[in-house]
Amino acid sequence: MKERERARWRCRRGLLELDIVLQRFMDKHYATLDEAGIRQFETLLDFPDTDLWHMIVQKDEDEGKAGLQPVLHLLQSI
Amino acid sequence: MRAALQLSEAGLKVAVLSKVFPTRSHTVAAQGGIAAALGNVTEDNWHWHMYDTVKGSDYLGDQDAIEFMCRQAGEVVYELEHYGMPFDRLENGKIYQRPFGGQSQNFGGAQATRSCAVADRTGHAMLHTLYQRNVRANTQFFVEWMALDLIRDEHGDVLGVSALDIETGEVMILQARATLFATGGGARIFSASTNAFINTGDGLAMAARAGVPLQDMEFWQFHPTGVYGAGILISEAVRGEGGYLLNKDGERFMERYAPHAKDLASRDVVSRAMTTEIKEGHGCGRDADHLLLKLDHLGADVIKARLPGIREIAIKFAHADPVREPIPVVPTAHYMMGGIPTNFHGQVVAPYKTGPEEVVQGFYAVGECACVSVHGANRLGTNSLLDILVFGRAAGNQIIEDLKRNSHHKHLPGDAADKALGRLARLDSQKDGENVSQVGDMLRKTMQTHCGVFRFADLLKQGVDKISEVAQRARNTEIRDKSRVFNTARVEALELDNLVEVAVATMVSAQARTESRGAHARDDFPHRDDDKWLKHTLYFSEDRRLDYKPVRLKPLTVESFPPKARTY
Repeated sequence: MKERERARWRCRRGLLELDIVLQRFMDKHYATLDEAGIRQFETLLDFPDTDLWHMIVQKDEDEGKAGLQPVLHLLQSI
Repeated sequence: MRAALQLSEAGLKVAVLSKVFPTRSHTVAAQGGIAAALGNVTEDNWHWHMYDTVKGSDYLGDQDAIEFMCRQAGEVVYELEHYGMPFDRLENGKIYQRPFGGQSQNFGGAQATRSCAVADRTGHAMLHTLYQRNVRANTQFFVEWMALDLIRDEHGDVLGVSALDIETGEVMILQARATLFATGGGARIFSASTNAFINTGDGLAMAARAGVPLQDMEFWQFHPTGVYGAGILISEAVRGEGGYLLNKDGERFMERYAPHAKDLASRDVVSRAMTTEIKEGHGCGRDADHLLLKLDHLGADVIKARLPGIREIAIKFAHADPVREPIPVVPTAHYMMGGIPTNFHGQVVAPYKTGPEEVVQGFYAVGECACVSVHGANRLGTNSLLDILVFGRAAGNQIIEDLKRNSHHKHLPGDAADKALGRLARLDSQKDGENVSQVGDMLRKTMQTHCGVFRFADLLKQGVDKISEVAQRARNTEIRDKSRVFNTARVEALELDNLVEVAVATMVSAQARTESRGAHARDDFPHRDDDKWLKHTLYFSEDRRLDYKPVRLKPLTVESFPPKARTY
C-alpha cells in the first residue's frame, strides 16, 4: 500500500509554510522512520494546519505532545 | 462550503469534491479578517465600503456586484456568528473590528475600522465553522478527489465533471444539475508565490478547456515582502512596527519612491519600487535578485514580543534571525483578481449566444477562481473572505431557484469523460517525454521574469513565445509511475496542465493591455487609460483569442462612482 505516497499527498496543506517544512521532512527524514515514527507522523498530519504549525514553531514542552516525539522534534529541527 | 451549506440546508443532495481535506484549503492562510461596515468601533456604512472597493479596484470592478457585496456584508458576518464563529469581541460584547489599508470613512476621509477577525486565524475559524455546519447538514464530502474536466452538452450546458479519485486512481463522472467551482487561485504559476502548493488553478483551466473564457487574467496582486526563495509572506506588520527595506548599497530606497509613506506605501507601489531596484542592478545576493528587510534596530525585545511568528518564519525559511540580520525578501505573487466570469448571482456568464454576458446553464463559480468582478484591478485586504461568503451564499440561493425550473438531469453525452480519459491515456503512453517538475520550473521562471510586478513590452513579447514553448513541452510530459493507487506523480502532471492554461491566459492578456491599472503596471504605458481600457479582458483558450466587455459602472440603487485618479 503506497504509504509513502499517501503521506506525501497529506503533506499538501493550506499554508505554504507547512507545505515547505513537510516536503523537506519527506525528502530528508521519512525514509528513516520506523513503524512507530510513521504512526506519529500520520497523527501529526491529522492536526488542523494552524495547530500543526504552532506545534512546529513553538517548542514548548506540552504534555499532550509527548507521544508525538521524536517526529515532532525532527519537524522542529527543519 | 458556504454555498454547499445553503444547498444542503435546503434539502438538496450535495457532493463537495476536494483535493485535500476541506479545512486544509488555502482559506486557512487568511489572517486579516472579513470586511463589513458594522460600525462597531468607528462610524461606518456599506456605501463608504463600496466607494473604497470601487476606488481600490482602480475602477475596473463592476459596481452592481460591489454594491451587492458591501450591502450584504453585515448580514453574512452575523450569520457566521450564529453558526458559531468565535469572533473577537469588544468590551461591550459586539464583534471586534480592526483597521486595514484602503478603508475610509465618508468616501475617502479618515481611516475606517472595518475588518472582523478571529485573532490571526480568521480563515481557519471560518473553514472549521462552515465544515462542522456542513457535516451537520449532511453535505457529502469526496476528500482527495481531483476534478479533471467540465462536462458540457451540445447546447453548452454544464452537466457535471469528470474526476479522479486519488486514492484508487479511478476516473468517475459526477453528473449534476448544478456545478459550482470554488477552486481557488493559481499563483503557483510564479516562482515567487505566497500560495500553498494546491493552488494550481484547476477550476480555471477546466473552464478554459471547456470553452469558457477567463476574465482579467493580467491582474495579479504581488505582496512586497515574501521570503526570498520560499515565498512565505512577511506581514505588513513588520514595516508597521518600523522595519524598512534596503538595497545592496544599504540604501533605504523607498525614501526615493514614496517620500511620505516610504516603506508603508501601498503594496503595488512598494512592489514596483523593489522591482525597479532589482532591474537597475541594486539587488542583493549573488544573483542581485532580492532586497533586504531590516528590523534589528527595533531591538530583540520588540521583535520577540510583537513579531514572534515572523521571527520564526525568517529563521526557518531565510536562515536569518531578524534580531541580528535583515530578512531577504522579494515581491511575491499573492492573489488573482481575474477568473471565471460570473454575475453577482454566482452564475458563469460568457459571450455565447446573443449577448456578451449570457448565462452558462448549470455552471457557477465563487471566490478567487471567479471574477464577479468585485476586486477589479486590485483587491483590498479582507475583501476576499467577504467575497467568498457573500457570493457563496448568493450562488447557493441562485442554484436553489434554478433547480426548481430544472428538476431533471439532462442527457449525458456519450463522450462525457473522453477529454479527461484522453489526457490520462496520453500521459500513460508517453515515451521519451518531458519531466513534470522541470517543465513546471520553466513555466514559473518564465512568468516571474516576463510577467511579474512590472511589465516591459519586450519582455512580454518574448514571454508569449516562451510560455508557448512551455505549453508545447507540457503536452509531452511523462511520468515513470503508471500505477493507479495514490499516484501523486500523475496528479502533479495534471496540475501542470492546469498551470499552463492559467499562465498562457495571464501572459497573453497582459501583453495586450497597453495601460497601467491597479496591479497591472506597464513600463511603456505608465498611466491608466479609461478611454481605451475601461473594459474587462476575456481570454479564450482554444485559439488564444481576446475579447473585451464593458465594466458595469451602474450600481443597483445608488449613483455610479465615476473614475478618478487613485491617490492615497
